[in-house]
Amino acid sequence: MPAPIRLRELIRTIRTARTQAEEREMIQKECAAIRSSFREEDNTYRCRNVAKLLYMHMLGYPAHFGQLECLKLIASQKFTDKRIGYLGAMLLLDERQDVHLLMTNCIKNDLNHSTQYVQGLALCTLGCMGSSEMCRDLAGEVEKLLKTSNSYLRKKAALCAVHVIRKVPELMEMFLPATKNLLNEKNHGVLHTSVVLLTEMCERSPDMLAHFRKNEKLVPQLVRILKNLIMSGYSPEHDVSGISDPFLQVRILRLLRILGRNDDDSSEAMNDILAQVATNTETSKNVGNAILYETVLTIMDIKSESGLRVLAINILGRFLLNNDKNIRYVALTSLLKTVQTDHNAVQRHRSTIVDCLKDLDVSIKRRAMELSFALVNGNNVRGMMKELLYFLDSCEPEFKADCASGIFLAAEKYAPSKRWHIDTIMRVLTTAGSYVRDDAVPNLIQLITNSVEMHAYTVQRLYKAILGDYSQQPLVQVASWCIGEYGDLLVSGQCEEEEPIQVTEDEVLDILESILISNMSASVTRGYALTAIMKLSTRFTCTVNRIKKVVSIYGSSIDVELQQRAVEYNALFKKYDHMRPALLERMPVMEKVTTNGPTEIVQTNGETEPAVLETKPPPSGLQPGSQANDLLDLLGGSDITPVIPTVPTSKPASAGGELLDLLGDLNLTGSPVPAPAPQISQPPFLLDGLPSQPLFNDIAAGIPSITAYNKNGLKIDFTFERSNTNPSVTVITIQASNSTELDMTDFVFQAAVPKTFQLQLLSPSSSVIPAFNSGTITQVIKVLNPQKQQLRMRIKLTYNHKGSAMQDLAEVNNFPPQSWQ
Amino acid sequence: MINAVLVFNNHGKPRLVRFYQHLAEEVQQQLIRETFHLVLKRDEHICNFLECGSLFGGADYKLIYRHYATLYFVFCVDSSESELGILDLIQVFVETLDKCFENVCELDLIFHMDKVHYILQEVVIGGMVLETNMNEIVAQAEAQNKLEKAEGGLSAAPSRAVSAVKNINLPEIPRNINIGDINIKVPSLSQFM
Repeated sequence: MPAPIRLRELIRTIRTARTQAEEREMIQKECAAIRSSFREEDNTYRCRNVAKLLYMHMLGYPAHFGQLECLKLIASQKFTDKRIGYLGAMLLLDERQDVHLLMTNCIKNDLNHSTQYVQGLALCTLGCMGSSEMCRDLAGEVEKLLKTSNSYLRKKAALCAVHVIRKVPELMEMFLPATKNLLNEKNHGVLHTSVVLLTEMCERSPDMLAHFRKNEKLVPQLVRILKNLIMSGYSPEHDVSGISDPFLQVRILRLLRILGRNDDDSSEAMNDILAQVATNTETSKNVGNAILYETVLTIMDIKSESGLRVLAINILGRFLLNNDKNIRYVALTSLLKTVQTDHNAVQRHRSTIVDCLKDLDVSIKRRAMELSFALVNGNNVRGMMKELLYFLDSCEPEFKADCASGIFLAAEKYAPSKRWHIDTIMRVLTTAGSYVRDDAVPNLIQLITNSVEMHAYTVQRLYKAILGDYSQQPLVQVASWCIGEYGDLLVSGQCEEEEPIQVTEDEVLDILESILISNMSASVTRGYALTAIMKLSTRFTCTVNRIKKVVSIYGSSIDVELQQRAVEYNALFKKYDHMRPALLERMPVMEKVTTNGPTEIVQTNGETEPAVLETKPPPSGLQPGSQANDLLDLLGGSDITPVIPTVPTSKPASAGGELLDLLGDLNLTGSPVPAPAPQISQPPFLLDGLPSQPLFNDIAAGIPSITAYNKNGLKIDFTFERSNTNPSVTVITIQASNSTELDMTDFVFQAAVPKTFQLQLLSPSSSVIPAFNSGTITQVIKVLNPQKQQLRMRIKLTYNHKGSAMQDLAEVNNFPPQSWQ
Repeated sequence: MINAVLVFNNHGKPRLVRFYQHLAEEVQQQLIRETFHLVLKRDEHICNFLECGSLFGGADYKLIYRHYATLYFVFCVDSSESELGILDLIQVFVETLDKCFENVCELDLIFHMDKVHYILQEVVIGGMVLETNMNEIVAQAEAQNKLEKAEGGLSAAPSRAVSAVKNINLPEIPRNINIGDINIKVPSLSQFM
C-alpha cells in the first residue's frame, strides 16, 4: 500500500474542492485510506494519519475512529508521536468515553519522563481533560512537580493543580504545603500561575481564604511583588507597551480583591499600593487601562477608605470620556455595579452617562440606559426623563420594552406632580405604545383612577391620542377603559388643565365601535372596548339605544369572550335594568399596589390628596371587597384589578387580581412555632369578622373529605373548598382529633408539597388536642396549583403525649381528584 | 476561565478550533457558525465585547474578539477573566504567531494547524492563562519543534522539505519532486528560502 499522503497534501487537495459535496467526497476517500492504514498497525505513518484526522475534525467531519490510535501514539517513544497523540487526545477524547482511562498509565509515566517537554505535554493534557479518577490517581505526581525547581514544569503543574482541585475539591489540602514557596519565584510565568492557583483555592474554600490571610501573610507578599513590578525600571523581557508585565499585575490585583473582601486588616494593608497603582499607571495604551480597571474593581470591592473610592469612581468617569469604545463599555459596566453603594459619587458623572445614550454602539447604549435608570432621583427626574423619552423615540426596538418599563417605574417613584406623571405616561404610550409590557396596563389604570382631579384631563388626552390611530394595543386598552369610566367628563367638556374639546356622545361611541371592528385590535382590546361601551350606558344620556344595539350585535360574536360579555350585558338591559346603574357606577379608588414592600396608603408623590384618603376602603372592611367580587364576576374580570383583601392583612394585595395572595414562597411551611403557644382559641380565619363563612362566593360542588392520617389515636381529616372562578386555589381545612385518654400538647403540624405547588399554612386554632375526641384543632392550608397537577403532600406531626415527645412523618396521597383537577 | 478559542476567516471557515469544555461535535460546529454570524454583524466602531448569553450554555459568557486582516480571533470567556486583559492576550497570541511564522498570514495557519495548536498550548492550559511572555512562548515552541525535527517530523520526510511551504503563492514552480526514494530539489529554490 502506498505511503499515506502528507498533511500538507491533504490540505492542498481539500482546498481545491469547489463545492461542499466535492470536499466531502475527498474527505471520505481519505478517511477510508486512513482507516485501512490504521488496521495495518503501521507505526511510521500513524502520526501523519492522526494529524490529517484532526484537520478533518476541525472542518466538522467525524473522527472518532482515531481515538484509540491517539492512545497508541501517546505510548510511543518518539516525541513527535507523543505530541500529536496528546493533541488528538485533547481534541477527540473526553470524560464520557471510557477509552480515556487507558491514558492514565501513559500520563503517569510521562510525568516522570526525563525530557521536560514530555512532562510538559502530560501536564497539559491532564490539566485540560483529566477526569476525576485520573486526577485522583495522578494528584501526587502533580504535587511533586509543583515543588520542582524547573520553572517550565512548575508553572504547568500549577495550572494542572487548579484543574485537579476543580474536579476533586477534597484534594485541595494536598497542594497546600507546595504553595508556601510559590511566591518567592523570580520567573513571572510561575508567579502568574501560582497566583491563579491561590485564587482558585481562596475562591473555593473560605477556610483556605482565612488561612491565607492570617497564617501565610499572603497580602504583604503580594503587595511586595506588585510594588516591585511598578517601581522597577524598564525590564525588556516583561515589558508590554511600557508597562512591566501587566498580566501579572492584573492577576495580583484580582487576588487582592478576594483577600480584601469583607476583611478590614487586609484591606488596610493594601490601601497604599492600590492608591499607588491608580495614580502611577499610564493610561495611553490598553494595557494601562486594563490595570486601572482591575484596580478600580478591587477598590470598590474591598473595605477601602472613602478617598480611595472617590478616586476609583473618578477614574471610571475619565474612562467614560475615552475615545476607545471598549474602555467606555467596561466603565459603564463597573459603574452599574457601584451605583448602588456609591450613589452620590456616580451622580457627578451623570451628564457623561446620559451622553452615552447617543452612542452608536448597541452594547454601550444598553448599559447607559440601565445606569441612567439607576441614577434617577427626586432632584433630577425631570431632566433625566426628557433625555430618556428622547432615547425611547430613537432607540432600537429591542430596547423599547425595557426602556418603557423603566420609565414607568421611575415616574411612579419620583413624579413631581400628577400632571407630569400622566403626561409622561401618555408620551410613552404614544411613542412606544406597542412595546409596553402587558402588566403595565393595569398599573396605569390604577394610577389614573387614583389621581381623581386629573380624570377629565386624562380622558381628554387619551381620547385625542386614539382619534388618529388606534393600532397600539396598550394605549387603546388604557384609553378605552378611561373613556368607559369617565366618558361623562369627556362630553361635558369639563377639563381645567387644558382647552376642553367638544365631543358628542356619538363621536365617542363611533371611536369605540371602530376599535371593536378594527382588524388591528387584539381580543383583549375588544373586550375593553365592549365593556367601556356598556359602562357608558349609565353615563351617557341620549345614546342608550345605540349602546343596546351594539351590545346585542355582539351577542352572536364568534369570539367567545366577547359573546359572553355581550350576552351578560344584554341580560343586564333586559332583566336587571334596575341594578344597572349600581353595577356600572364609578370604580372605587383602588389600594395602591407596590411591588416592593408593603404599603397601604395611596402614594401621591408630592401632592397629598385628602379626598382620596377618605375614600380609601378601610382595611378590614369587606363591603367594597365583595362588591368588587361581584363586579368581577359580572364584568368578566380580566380588565380590572380589584383588591381582594387577604390574610394576613399586613401584606399588600396582589396586583394580578386572580390569585389569592399565597405568600408562602417556601414549599415547606410550618405554623409559627414557639410564639403561638399562648395564642389559643382564635378563630382560624382569614377574613376577620366572618368566622364561619365560606371563603369564596361560589364554591365548587362538594368535594369529599378524606382522612389524611390516623395513627396512635391521632386522626387528621382534610376538608376541601375550591372556587369556580379561581380553580387553581384549593383550601384545605384540617381537623385533628385525639381518641386516646390523655391530651396531646404542643401539637405542631407541618406540610410540604412538590415544587410546582405553593403552600400557605395559617395559624392553628390551638396547640392542644383534648382527649377522648372532646375537641379538635383546626388549621387552614391554602394550596396553589396552577398546573393542575396531582396533589400530594408530606406532613410532619410533632406533639407531646403521655410525657414523651412524639414525631411522625407521613405522606398523603389519597386526595380526591376533584380537589386538584 | 477561557471557554473556547476560535479562529475563523471572513467567510466563516474555521482555522483553529479549541474548546475547553466537553461538547459534542455537532454542537461545536453549530457554535462556530453562530459565533461567526454574531461577529460578522459587528461594525468597525463597536466595542469588541459581545454577550453571547445562551449560546455557550451559561449566562455569564462573553465573546471577546479581534479582527486581523482576513481572520477573526474569538475568545469565549466567563466573568473571572478581565475583558481588557483578554484583548491584550489576543494581541500577544497573534504577535507570537507572527514571530514563529515570520509575517504570519492566513495560509500559515491553514497549513500548520498542528503547530498553531502547540503554540496555543504554551499560552493557555485547560482554559487558564499559562504564559504571557512572548519570547518565552516562542523559545519553548521552537525547542519542541527542534525535538520533532530531529526525529524526522510529522511527514517523516527530510527536513528541508518542510520549508517548501513558504512558496505556496507560486504554484507553477514545482518545489519538490518526490518519486519514491529519489528527491530532486529544484535549483532556483534558494531565493525563496
